[in-house]
Amino acid sequence: MVDAAQSMTQPIRARTTRSGLRKFFERKSTIAFFMALPLMLLITIMVIYPAFYSLHLATLNKSMQRFVGFGNFTFLFKRETFWMVVQQSCFFAITAVIFKALIGFVVAHLVHNLPDKGQRKWRGMLLVPWVIPPAMSTLAWLWLFDPSYSAFNWILAQVGIGPIPWTGDASWARFSVILVNIWAGAPFFLIMYLAALKSVPEQLYEAAAIDGANWWQRIWYVTLPMMRNIIAITTLFSLIVTFANFDIVRILTAGGPLDKTHLFATWAFRIGIEGNDIPLGASISLFMVPILAIAAIFILRDINKRGNEA
Amino acid sequence: MTAPFIRGAYAAGKVSIAFWDHWVPGANDVMTKLVKAWADKEKVEAQIDFIPSQGNKNLLSITAESQAKAGHDIFAMPTWWPQAYADQIEPVNDIMEPLIKQNGKVNETVEYLGRAKDKWLGVPATAGSQVKGPCSRLDLMKQYANLDMQAMYPAGAKAQADNWTLDTFLKAAEACHKGGKSFGIGLGETSDSVDAAGAFLRAFGGELVNAKGDIAVKSDAVRQWLEFYKKLMSFMPADVTAWDDSSNNKWLVSGNGSLIMNPPSSWAVAKRDAPKIAEQCWTHGMPAGPKGRFSPFLPFFWSIWGFSKNKAAAKSLLVYLSQPEQAEAMVTASGGYDLPSFANMTKFKVWAEEGPPKGTLYHYPNPDHLDTWSIAASPAPPKIAQQIYAQATMTKMCVRYAQGEAMEKTLSWAEGELEGFMRT
Repeated sequence: MVDAAQSMTQPIRARTTRSGLRKFFERKSTIAFFMALPLMLLITIMVIYPAFYSLHLATLNKSMQRFVGFGNFTFLFKRETFWMVVQQSCFFAITAVIFKALIGFVVAHLVHNLPDKGQRKWRGMLLVPWVIPPAMSTLAWLWLFDPSYSAFNWILAQVGIGPIPWTGDASWARFSVILVNIWAGAPFFLIMYLAALKSVPEQLYEAAAIDGANWWQRIWYVTLPMMRNIIAITTLFSLIVTFANFDIVRILTAGGPLDKTHLFATWAFRIGIEGNDIPLGASISLFMVPILAIAAIFILRDINKRGNEA
Repeated sequence: MTAPFIRGAYAAGKVSIAFWDHWVPGANDVMTKLVKAWADKEKVEAQIDFIPSQGNKNLLSITAESQAKAGHDIFAMPTWWPQAYADQIEPVNDIMEPLIKQNGKVNETVEYLGRAKDKWLGVPATAGSQVKGPCSRLDLMKQYANLDMQAMYPAGAKAQADNWTLDTFLKAAEACHKGGKSFGIGLGETSDSVDAAGAFLRAFGGELVNAKGDIAVKSDAVRQWLEFYKKLMSFMPADVTAWDDSSNNKWLVSGNGSLIMNPPSSWAVAKRDAPKIAEQCWTHGMPAGPKGRFSPFLPFFWSIWGFSKNKAAAKSLLVYLSQPEQAEAMVTASGGYDLPSFANMTKFKVWAEEGPPKGTLYHYPNPDHLDTWSIAASPAPPKIAQQIYAQATMTKMCVRYAQGEAMEKTLSWAEGELEGFMRT
């Protein structure tokens, strides 16, 4: 009798387990997890593991045989070049992001006000600098700035100006790398701002017009508040990418002259790979993290605050 | 019952080699042919990768393989890298010593870079090794500086270069500059600029860090060298501070320059793109300074990783590639660019015959041993020297001083930098 009862309960238990599993796999969160799993694995392999590995490297001595704790960081604090690189990275990132945002904002308005018919062509053309791989486009800029055969200098010479040492003088070299970064990055702001502009309800402008708001007041009291979050997110994203820039500086000036255009990434490469001091190179590149984390905290906190107010 | 031994096509296993990707068309093919001939004879499966140095791809691969402790069996390591990974490299004393007996001594730079104490870290590679000595325009040097470089360094004969000193060099630089055809020696932060600065420093007897590892930057020789460079810079284009390794080539090929310091690659490009200019190019030795003539030499080494699974086959290949016959095949395929490091390998036919002008490369391999082949930042201990080299401390010193910084301030700045390079 007991045996019979057991034989009857077993299929029921099996059925229950099967349906439990089925429910588990049918849950939205499970599906979402499995769909996100490839990306999570990719991020673990390509981002999290290297990040922890570079942390580990940064705690080793030059020959990577001895644990030195924060020794590499304290060493860097005493180096004149390190503080120069900190200043240059901040100057490069902040200046470039400000100009990219301004240019993106102005051009987004221009494109927004174009008739629908031609707008797509302009959008496509204006995105070209952002779409070309920077290593390639910077090579073209390198030829334009070439110390001896600069195309810009040739044009300037036609009107009796120059030659300008685009990459040979510290100030001009900084100007050149920032200019190329703005050229390549401004279309990103343009497209983001354009999307934001298109989502501002037309009624708000109509109401502002009825209230007698002029062009500037419409921008200040309608457009900017409506775009505030997208401006903050775009700025944060661009700040991170610009701060970590490598290719433009590496190709255009390689950090010269006299290290005056080095950023964290290019200096880390010079020390870590070319100078074969991998722990110090890792330490330099890790300095970007706290600086960017502080910027991210402030910007995201502001966005959250506004979200809660809304 | 065990299976019968069958000697198959690859009975001696597999060897993978990372060679430097040669810029001369066809040079890689000759290397492939040589390796294949050896592999067929030795019944080894040889796998070759040619890794370019553009964008430091080879340095990145060396670093990655050293971290992963896996990769090629043999790696063509440039200059400082065998020393940097000395602990991970298989010693090759057992093949280097017989090779030296057979092919003659190696120069002091090969010993400095390729040997850690008593351990040979690699066999000096023929492919890719180069000297960055002067390449002059015969017509312009005659016209503006009244110097017959061909008479000083005649093809097929001993050099008559007693008059070729640093003073003559500076006077010629000034004369050519006045004639609108300046010398073009870079002062950027890349290899060509650093190599030239290092060779001139040695000619004055200067060292930034001596062989014992002591900072020696505040010396009269270093001061004289800075003064020399300040003068030289005033006779060169203002943009030399921004030059990279291609700038001097362009300077020569464009017809603007009367002298550059480079291996014959710039002449070879001129031969292709500007034959009239190439016909006037002559490669020769360095001017003599108070302490002699020093040419910038950059050797590659074929090193075997400690993790290699077929060290015996790897060593056999390196011995084969270091035979005069194979070395000559590589030098010929490179149009005379490649330089073997052994003393008995400086008179291959190709250097005497390459042209136009015929014999332009005769003195490139230093057949009279008039110049000392050296590398910038030597004789500092290699791990310190590598930092000096990579960070271009020497060219930065020259630029700082030439741009108006006080001599003592420049020296103090350099001293601070060098202290930073001492970390272990």
